[in-house]
Amino acid sequence: MSDNPVIDRIKSEIDENSVVLFMKGNPMMPQCGFSAAVTQVLTQMEVKFKGIDVLADEELRQGIKEFSSWPTIPQLYVKGEFVGGCDIVREMYENGELKELLDDKGVEYAS
Amino acid sequence: MAMEAADIERLIKESLPDAEVTIEDLRGDGDHYAATVVSSAFAGKTRVQQHQLVYQALQGRMGNELHALALQTSAPDGA
Repeated sequence: MSDNPVIDRIKSEIDENSVVLFMKGNPMMPQCGFSAAVTQVLTQMEVKFKGIDVLADEELRQGIKEFSSWPTIPQLYVKGEFVGGCDIVREMYENGELKELLDDKGVEYAS
Repeated sequence: MAMEAADIERLIKESLPDAEVTIEDLRGDGDHYAATVVSSAFAGKTRVQQHQLVYQALQGRMGNELHALALQTSAPDGA
């Protein structure tokens, strides 16, 4: 455990949930176009994922940027690994890489 | 707060001297741009690492003065 509770929380979220999207808003009501775009990709792929609203927790909003050294939100994690933000996820979705990654990692889909 | 396309290009080229940079102002508000960056520095790097190099070049402006930068990065062919 690190001495930073925010980092510990991030680690536990990405370890306990196979697919985690740190986003603005929640999957039902994204609060930003980029978060909405990634939510839509995951929903269309029927991937089970946990949306975490960084707008509800300013420390988390800054902590996640430091954790991944990635300056923007949303941020997608699969099996504990940072995959990318909106651009990268969209590009991977369009060229089939995202499906390949999710299948390789054995994530769950909505049945 | 906003940024000029020329400033974005200048900052990227300061860090990645060989970079070919094209920038498109998506909304004319100085806040939403799309950029393609080609540099040999990206060779052998993942997309995340490539984008991180561009964000580092922007010295903390990404997510602050610059709200959105849709990035396409690649190494030159054969690099």
